[in-house]
Amino acid sequence: MILPLSAQLINLLASLMLLLAFAMLAQRRILSLIHLFALQGAVLTVNTVVVAQSTAQAHLLYSAGLTLILKVIVLPWILHRLIDRLNIRWDVETLINIPTIMLVGILLVILAFNLALPISQLAGTITRATIGIAMASVLLSMLMMITRRKAVPQVIGFLAMENGLFFAATSATYGMPMVVELGIALDVLVGTFIFGIFFFQIRETFDSLDIHHLEKLKEK
Amino acid sequence: MTRFLFSQLFQTLLVVLAAPLLLGWVNQCRAWLQNRSGPGWLQPYRVLRKLFLKDAVLAYNASVLFRITPYVVFGCMALAASIVPVLATDLPFSPAADVIALVGLFALARVFMALAAMDVGTAFGSMGARREMLIASLAEPALLMVVFTPSLISGSTALTTIVETLAHSRLAIYPSMAFAGVAFVMVMLAENARIPIDNPATHLELTMIHEAMILEYSARHLALMEWANAIKLTVYSAVGVALFLPWGIAQAGDWTMMPLAIVAFAAKMAAGGAGLAVLEAVSAKLRIFRAPEFLGMAFMLAVLGILTHFLLER
Amino acid sequence: MSLDALSALYAAIGVIMFWLALGVAGLVRVHDERFVFRILFPLGSLGGAGLTLVGLAGLTQPAASLVLPLGLPDLPFHLRLDPLSSFFLALLGLAAAGISLFSAAYFRKTAAAQPGLTGLQYHLFLVSMAAVCLADDAYFFMVAWETMALSSYFLVTTDHHVAEIRRAGFLYLLIAHLGAISILLCFGVMQNTAGEYTFASMRGAKLSDFWATAVFLLALVGYGAKAGFVPLHAWLPEAHPAAPSPVSALMSGVMLKMAIYGLLRVTFDLLSQQIWWWGVLALTVGLVSALFGVMFAAVQTDMKRLLAYSSIENIGIALSGIGLAIIFHAYAMNVLAALALIAALYHCINHAAFKSLLFLVTGSVLHATRERSLGHLGGLIRRMPWVAAFGLIGTLAIAGLPPLNGFVSEWLLLQAFLLTPGLPNSYLNMLVPVATAALVLASALAAYVMVKFYGVVFLGQPRDGKLNEVHDASKWERAAFVWLAAACVLLGLAPVAVIAQLDNVSQMLVGATLSGNMGRSGWLFVTPASPERASYSAPLFLIGIVSAVLVVFLLVRWVYHGRARRAAAWDCGFPQQTARMQDTAEGFGQPIKQIFEPFFRIERHLPKPTDERPYYWSKTEDHLWYWLYLPVANTVQWVSQVIGVLQHGRIHVYLVYSFVTLLALLLLIR
Repeated sequence: MILPLSAQLINLLASLMLLLAFAMLAQRRILSLIHLFALQGAVLTVNTVVVAQSTAQAHLLYSAGLTLILKVIVLPWILHRLIDRLNIRWDVETLINIPTIMLVGILLVILAFNLALPISQLAGTITRATIGIAMASVLLSMLMMITRRKAVPQVIGFLAMENGLFFAATSATYGMPMVVELGIALDVLVGTFIFGIFFFQIRETFDSLDIHHLEKLKEK
Repeated sequence: MTRFLFSQLFQTLLVVLAAPLLLGWVNQCRAWLQNRSGPGWLQPYRVLRKLFLKDAVLAYNASVLFRITPYVVFGCMALAASIVPVLATDLPFSPAADVIALVGLFALARVFMALAAMDVGTAFGSMGARREMLIASLAEPALLMVVFTPSLISGSTALTTIVETLAHSRLAIYPSMAFAGVAFVMVMLAENARIPIDNPATHLELTMIHEAMILEYSARHLALMEWANAIKLTVYSAVGVALFLPWGIAQAGDWTMMPLAIVAFAAKMAAGGAGLAVLEAVSAKLRIFRAPEFLGMAFMLAVLGILTHFLLER
Repeated sequence: MSLDALSALYAAIGVIMFWLALGVAGLVRVHDERFVFRILFPLGSLGGAGLTLVGLAGLTQPAASLVLPLGLPDLPFHLRLDPLSSFFLALLGLAAAGISLFSAAYFRKTAAAQPGLTGLQYHLFLVSMAAVCLADDAYFFMVAWETMALSSYFLVTTDHHVAEIRRAGFLYLLIAHLGAISILLCFGVMQNTAGEYTFASMRGAKLSDFWATAVFLLALVGYGAKAGFVPLHAWLPEAHPAAPSPVSALMSGVMLKMAIYGLLRVTFDLLSQQIWWWGVLALTVGLVSALFGVMFAAVQTDMKRLLAYSSIENIGIALSGIGLAIIFHAYAMNVLAALALIAALYHCINHAAFKSLLFLVTGSVLHATRERSLGHLGGLIRRMPWVAAFGLIGTLAIAGLPPLNGFVSEWLLLQAFLLTPGLPNSYLNMLVPVATAALVLASALAAYVMVKFYGVVFLGQPRDGKLNEVHDASKWERAAFVWLAAACVLLGLAPVAVIAQLDNVSQMLVGATLSGNMGRSGWLFVTPASPERASYSAPLFLIGIVSAVLVVFLLVRWVYHGRARRAAAWDCGFPQQTARMQDTAEGFGQPIKQIFEPFFRIERHLPKPTDERPYYWSKTEDHLWYWLYLPVANTVQWVSQVIGVLQHGRIHVYLVYSFVTLLALLLLIR
């Protein structure tokens, strides 16, 4: 079975999404993590454009533009500034046992693929095969948030999860209504700002961004 | 039958004799990248000739195992060179082994090499043997996962069938093959003792792996080991070509395609060698205990290849 | 072989009686070493060879059964010879022939206190294993099974003066009996439906899924205790090193296979249905055992313990093949089930050959050097060239290298794994391919382990001065090596013929064969699915390598020269090289320890730089011992203490207990 070129391209981009999700899972350096995040945004943009072109859905082009501006330019820029100001640009995080995390990641992917099978059979879009990948990237981003010790990578994980959701929306139903999309974009932006403020507060209180200090906050 | 035998002999000899050329080409490219003029492509041949002419020096306690190992290793590599379809798919030896058996053949050579390294009983020899076996045992699962994807697509683990299936399918983007291809390159770097796992140019004591194993060899034994190593690199590249870029390999019985096949093979090897040189120039050698992570990454890529194949290409 | 099934059965009984007679004959002259070891054991070896032929004959025949006038009044002993039991009889005979030959020399040197007694225990062990294969009712099976456990227990504790060996024997007996209880329950459940204890009636019974599952799980636990599946493996690395080498060889090479036999008998023969998740369970347990075994083998410093852990690995590989066969069979993909099953059986007989060989090799080394610890060996290739040569064959075979036998079974198993994407279950066809990596990792690490084993024992410089005076193996020992090494080579070079024989077993168990796929490509190529899919030819491999080696050797001599001279080792110019500068067994395993650290429980003591007499010490143990065995043991201890309160030592109190029990029973039953 040979798929049309656009579908092949979408599949390729979807695989790249998955690859980037894994790369983020395994990345130790915060700076590289931000680059990977920006790259994921770029892949998402290209994917949206390809879907828009092949299905003649004009509104997807707008959301592609939105993705480009927000996720490839603005958010990475904010994150860059954040780590500059916090002076953690070169931080290397000690991760617990990358191979184990990878194996868990692979199991999650298998789970996501199998869960997505019935959904993709229902969906009629040309992108339906990629629903599983979208789901997998969401799960992987959550896994990344779970396994990180520092606050900034956790936020990047959160943003990556949003990328996965957006990708899922594109592949399952050719995107969400514009209003919803704008709303989410705003949420993410505001969320990042709030996180940024939190970081400064956390660091002022604990002299570190290691979130295990937050454990002390519970009532005794 | 004679025609088959001829084509077999031709390919084996071609790979065996041209193997040092690939090594020379890689070294030359690397020299250029490092702004040196380099010794020229033919340097490995000169080195081999020099080594063959010298008298062999053996340690006092070297056993028979130590002396036969270079021949066994060379024999294994020559057999590997006759199994992989390099120019044409109609080789009488090809059905003797599929990809997995080929990996077994490499393992046989490796075990002999490791045992020979332990034979004299020096500190470096056993260190090299231990490290080599470690890297290999971590690389093999990744390699199997790499092989899984093309074998799923073509329904076979026999290299000739894979070549024939892939070279004749219509051109389509296989993301899974892209993953598997990258993983294959990573495994190949590890198994052939290249940067970032090992540095073929070093004799710095504590970082050696492959070089530490052949430290006690000299003259003709060393020449055979070095030559076998060059053949291994060539054969590995040929396996990569067969799995991922099979276009241009002549079909069974098609003699007119032979010249084209030779040109295609030479071009792919030249490009691959240059690529290898670039990879080696831009990356640094990893600490030995970072190697599991590197190979784990290769493993993960290969598994992603399989999984995306299941999801997207079925 | 033109022996019909019934006469093959009689011949098998004949061999059993012969072995029994040899054992009893030893009692006549208990203290006569010459008689027992030089006459009885070699005769036993002939019996083994005979049993191999009987097994081969039985493989091609339909089943034959017989009722003996022995046993309980209404439950006489039922015997049956079918392809499955024939295969395991052949395996037993093959290994026993070599091991008996070796024992003739081995026990003589150890000067056992009572040679006749050792002979009796040894032959009883062989007899019981043959009887396990032939039994066709649960009662006789259990009798044979328990005889096997007890006779091997006595053999393990041959050196019962050593406390450590007594402890190992106790652990072995304990786990063996837990397993036996589980097997008994398994038969009990089947008898409940079948109504009788004969296998024939169990075969006809139709169990509900629930009870079938119960039977399978009980069988997996019961036979797993004997086979050493993780987590029931703890006895194995204790008992094997404690036993004399020929006994270790028999236990590891043959007795573990009896557990595989029992599992196959229950799962595929006695049960009429299989459920796919049993296969997943068996596959998981198998792969975990394989990885666990090989990792622990890599860090051992005692050569027999190393081999014992390697047995766990190999038995795990065989079990994963069985698991795959169950999965395929449950989905009615019988040809693939046959492939997986044949791979597992092939691995069993391979393991019997090379593991027996290697244990015997350690026996010779042990004899010559009185040393089991790898830290005191080294360089033996120069003093013991015969042992080293055969050890090399065993090493290459067990490391899974072509063209020897270990490779064939692993290759077949991998082919079976590569065909799992055809399964009609989307989770399985994604998960199982990934799980294949565990199998490959295990077999690649096996090569690591065997390089360590061979390299540290036979290569390098001797780590101990006394190693320079050791002697090579005797003629009896060499004969045993030749027999088993020949088995390794032949099983490796003629896979097509072996598979043709194994087809009979797979036809019986899963109703399909591989010969349909193999026939088209002739005797030279193994093609499990089709020639296009995959093919492997061991003879071509051997021819290719040998001819390439010869041509290169002659060319180098002819074009250049063959001059060589001797000098001190180079070693990067270090002037002083002592034996202590080589890798120790511990050092060789260190990378594995570091990479797979969470799997080990490591205690170590590192010297400080200021220490006058620096001393390094480390101990690697098994987590499961602390997580599973000790808690269970403590619980049992606690319970028995609680119950111990009842014990007073006064007779009339005990009589009161009996009285109360009697009353309670009377009231309850009425």
